[in-house]
Amino acid sequence: MDLVLDVLSWVCLLGGAIFLLVGAIGVLRFPDFYTRLHAVSVCDTMGAGLVLVGLMLQGGLSLVTVKLLLMFYFMIFTGPTAVHALAGAALQGKLKPVVDDREP
Amino acid sequence: MEHLIDIALLGLLMITGFAIVRVRSLLAVAMLTSIYSLLSASLFVVLDAVDVALTEAAIGAGISTILMLATVALTTDEEKAPRHTPLLPLVVVIATGAALIYGTLDMPHYGDPEAPVHQHVAPTYLHDTPGEIGVPNVVTSVLASYRGYDTLGEVTVIFTAGAGVLALLGYRTRRRNITGPGIRKLVVLRVIAKLFFPLILLFALYVQFHGDYGPGGGFQAGVIFATGFILYALAFGLGNSQRVIPHQLLRIMMAVGVLIYAAVGIESMLLGGKFLEYRVLADDPITGQHLGIMLIELGIGITVAAVILIIYYGFVSRRH
Amino acid sequence: MHDVIHDLLGLYNYWIVIILMMTGFYTVIARPNLIKKVIGLFIFQTSVFILFISMAKVEGGTAPIIKEGISVYSNPLPHVLILTAIVVSLATTALGLALVVRIQEAYGTTNEDDIHVQDEED
Repeated sequence: MDLVLDVLSWVCLLGGAIFLLVGAIGVLRFPDFYTRLHAVSVCDTMGAGLVLVGLMLQGGLSLVTVKLLLMFYFMIFTGPTAVHALAGAALQGKLKPVVDDREP
Repeated sequence: MEHLIDIALLGLLMITGFAIVRVRSLLAVAMLTSIYSLLSASLFVVLDAVDVALTEAAIGAGISTILMLATVALTTDEEKAPRHTPLLPLVVVIATGAALIYGTLDMPHYGDPEAPVHQHVAPTYLHDTPGEIGVPNVVTSVLASYRGYDTLGEVTVIFTAGAGVLALLGYRTRRRNITGPGIRKLVVLRVIAKLFFPLILLFALYVQFHGDYGPGGGFQAGVIFATGFILYALAFGLGNSQRVIPHQLLRIMMAVGVLIYAAVGIESMLLGGKFLEYRVLADDPITGQHLGIMLIELGIGITVAAVILIIYYGFVSRRH
Repeated sequence: MHDVIHDLLGLYNYWIVIILMMTGFYTVIARPNLIKKVIGLFIFQTSVFILFISMAKVEGGTAPIIKEGISVYSNPLPHVLILTAIVVSLATTALGLALVVRIQEAYGTTNEDDIHVQDEED
């Protein structure tokens, strides 16, 4: 039973790390602000969420898990809201997205 | 493993530090400073300083950044190139750095348990805290009890800085809300801010009163409390925030916190102990210590929260 | 050779702290913008915090919160000093920034060179 939990939690932790890495590559590779923001927000929520789930599996039924759950709750609300506000502010500041205007 | 994290975080800190010097846009520099603080907070966790990490994350990454952004908004975003070639400063800096590095060669190695720092008073604190003070968090016991006198001084410094900012920037009450049209359109932001405002205050109370048992205490709680109101002011405008917690009240609170702290000290003198000797406050010495620590932490929390909000109000109401 | 690597690992924290300190110092003396100078001081301050906390670390120790079954703790005293120092650093940074705002209002610039020029004209 312990082994199963350990393996599951490691899968979650590594999966989360991969998501975060992909997000970081996205920030470097994407052409403009909005697409970069997209890479950050999607990968961040998923990556950090998976890491937290992995840690919860390690923590078992304890106070630590309750705290991690609270963190998870805060994160799924604050992350997307922050990105939403950022994108809104960028639009307000008349930042034009890069578009491909070649004929298809 | 810990060493690897330590090395990686310090490397990132160095890169961020260099970026801060080189980047010209002050807005970007303010954000980089925030990253710098967050990285050092993570480093403090690796180095076992959880209380310090909590403080650095709330203050360095949160409130300092807001103040820097407010200053940039009031002044200018562009940094002009320096007039002189930076040759002389570079020589001075390299010479100083080399001298300091030469000085470190005699220092005890990182993590060495035999280092002189760990020989003097720290073992006494760690050994005596459970019996004398009765709180598990040794940082709290040293901060509030063994070195309570120092902490009183620190709180007074914070009070003085708050008074200084008040004198420099003054204050104007705003009836009208000064949020831009942009923030009014962001309904999601406002809903989430409303949802989180009570949770942040609740968390501040938890940090305030749980500081004896886990990481936390008056300094951190005060900062978190102030952050809650700053979030409210950002989302709903300064005018609304001032209706909730008016400036006159903050000015009184700023002094009340320091007075609570000093009053606990005088009270223990009146009860026959020395200044800030809490064990005379109750019949049982341990209960007395608990009571004293709780009261002075409350004083710290009130002063810190009031000073930070006064500073924030000062900067933001300066606009227009 | 082995000694050199040992020294390098043992003193790595302090060396990086010194590099950070010098980065802040350089920003203060070489950059003309006043906000940048305040930020330089902030970097300097934070590097000092890291120096103190690095010294407090004990190999194999944990955070200084007394718990059954743990005997090695890191040194709590530097933690206390730095905890209060961080809050004081915020207060002093705010004071510095408030001065910058007033200078901007008085001179119309935050560039040190321009301020000197204006002073000499008077």
